[in-house]
Amino acid sequence: MSRGASRTGRSGTATDRLQRLLALVPYVVSREVVGLAETAAAFGVTESELVDDLNMLWCVELRSPDPYCPIDLSYEGGEIMVSQAESMDRPLRLGTDEASALLIGLRMLADLPGPQDKSALRRTIAKLEAAAGEAAAASAQVAVHVDVRAPADVQAQVAEAMRQRRRLHLSYYVPGRDEATERDVDPMRLLLLEGRSYLEAWCRSAEAVRLFRLDRVLGLTVLDVAAEVPKEAKHVDVDSGLFRPSANDVRVVLELARAGRWVADYYPCEQVTDIGDGRLRVVLRTPDTRWVRRLALRLGEDGKVTAPADLVREIEDEAATALAQYA
Amino acid sequence: MSKHKTERLLGLVVCLLSARRYLTAGQIRDAVPGYPETFDAFKRMFERDKDELRELGIPLETGTNPGADDEIGYRISRQAYELPEIRLEPDEAAVLGLAARVWRRAELAGAAAGALLKLRAAGIDAEETTQPGIEPRLQTEETAFAPLWQAVRDRRPVAFGYQAAGRSTPQRRNLEPWGVVNRHGHWYVAGFDRDRGQERVFRLSRIDGQVAFTGPPGSVTVPAGTDVRNLVQATDGAPPPVRTAVLRIKQGAGYGLRRRASSDRPMRDGWDLVETQFSDAGWYADYIASFGADVAVVEPVDLREAVIRRLKGALA
Repeated sequence: MSRGASRTGRSGTATDRLQRLLALVPYVVSREVVGLAETAAAFGVTESELVDDLNMLWCVELRSPDPYCPIDLSYEGGEIMVSQAESMDRPLRLGTDEASALLIGLRMLADLPGPQDKSALRRTIAKLEAAAGEAAAASAQVAVHVDVRAPADVQAQVAEAMRQRRRLHLSYYVPGRDEATERDVDPMRLLLLEGRSYLEAWCRSAEAVRLFRLDRVLGLTVLDVAAEVPKEAKHVDVDSGLFRPSANDVRVVLELARAGRWVADYYPCEQVTDIGDGRLRVVLRTPDTRWVRRLALRLGEDGKVTAPADLVREIEDEAATALAQYA
Repeated sequence: MSKHKTERLLGLVVCLLSARRYLTAGQIRDAVPGYPETFDAFKRMFERDKDELRELGIPLETGTNPGADDEIGYRISRQAYELPEIRLEPDEAAVLGLAARVWRRAELAGAAAGALLKLRAAGIDAEETTQPGIEPRLQTEETAFAPLWQAVRDRRPVAFGYQAAGRSTPQRRNLEPWGVVNRHGHWYVAGFDRDRGQERVFRLSRIDGQVAFTGPPGSVTVPAGTDVRNLVQATDGAPPPVRTAVLRIKQGAGYGLRRRASSDRPMRDGWDLVETQFSDAGWYADYIASFGADVAVVEPVDLREAVIRRLKGALA
């Protein structure tokens, strides 16, 4: 190949790309020979971006005291080889953020209750701490309490059903409707989100994927039936929030006094407006307003629903009926 | 000109990594292609480049060569630069991907991905595998997380507006942050409150507006033996005494209350008499009010009155 043939890479800033280039040489060196496609996938770039990177590395030239090209590599036949890496054959040390991100994650996994073998986690933490050196220290200043507020036996039974790939019968409390519901579900994943454990499962009643909070499971039976998660069942995209409003949802407007501002923290609001005096106006969307009615009752004077009008009326009627019992 | 910049920075790193002695700015300009001809323009660009390399965590050292002239030179020590040898067994490498996924889309997601990249570059095959166990996730929706993590990491004092529960206006707080803690899914910062002269814990979601750094890196000292986890736990305080409530609950309703009931017996009129335990009367009254007309408090009186207050508030 001819030096100077590279085109411009498109991924990120100059320093993003520099980081990738500095990792690329040791990546290949440590594997001796490695495929272009596999490497592109590991670095999250296209093969043509990868080839641009390789060309740029190959083109590095130092002019003084004597001109020389410190890196020699080839990628003929889809296989990358580095024959000369000069002083670049090891990756850069982990930065504080990098070491911390992994160590916090590993410690969180190690703290999870459950029967899984934790020795791999403990060994990895020790090795990573040793390799990160000083960069590991700051991670001790971040702690995550893993207090899974679900009965241990529920979690153990769910885990066992998942291991055996069996269907579960759940008696499940739905607080928004104050109802105990009965349903059969086919388990998919166990998740720990915002400090609570959830079962992601195909709900055979709803014929849809649902998340079930384990601390709301009232009763559970592992059925003698194989779980059948349909092909169309997609994991819930938990990384973009648990609640995803849809266009058909009811638009609810709440006005919160200072003491009710926590509502804006707890529920995903479409809009939050400061209306002065410490008060907030929030807009949220929900397919089912029963939980909003309950929320409004619990807020009392700290939060008022102002729309829709029929919900406002419902809340007032309910409060009046409840008060009549104390008359 | 991003490509030229990458080329120049790459050349600079290779040059300084390969150098056995400190190289002067002039020697660097002669060796690394891409710098401007005039010395002033070179100097400005070189200063920016040094900052960018340090930003990436590249340990750029300055010093003078012994016995030579006393012009300041630069080098990168390989020992300081290189990730030490790390070998992981397959089961160890497997948990790395899972640990990185904890941050997915949260504040340190990019850092976790960067760490995996470097570990892969060290020869470790850290694949994103799915495991049958529980998958934890951390969320960092609080905008204060990023600056407070930086402050904790770099040991810098901060100031922010804080909306304490039950206070009418946000107050300015000056804090020497010692650590951030996630508890029940919420983030807290613990540290030394300079105004109050005491250890304090703040909830990130109640921080109002921007977090400002009020001192240079390294100016906060975390007292030896500090366990931020315990500090945050301690703010939960000793649990108040547990009391008993007697409730009338409509038959077929109030599951949430009945789940924790110590006794639950039917009355004649379609209602049940249920005894439950509570400790925080304010919180429990809010919760009972949320059941509306399906639940009424028989006793104690303070709980009963708190519920009535809530309901009147909802009616007003």
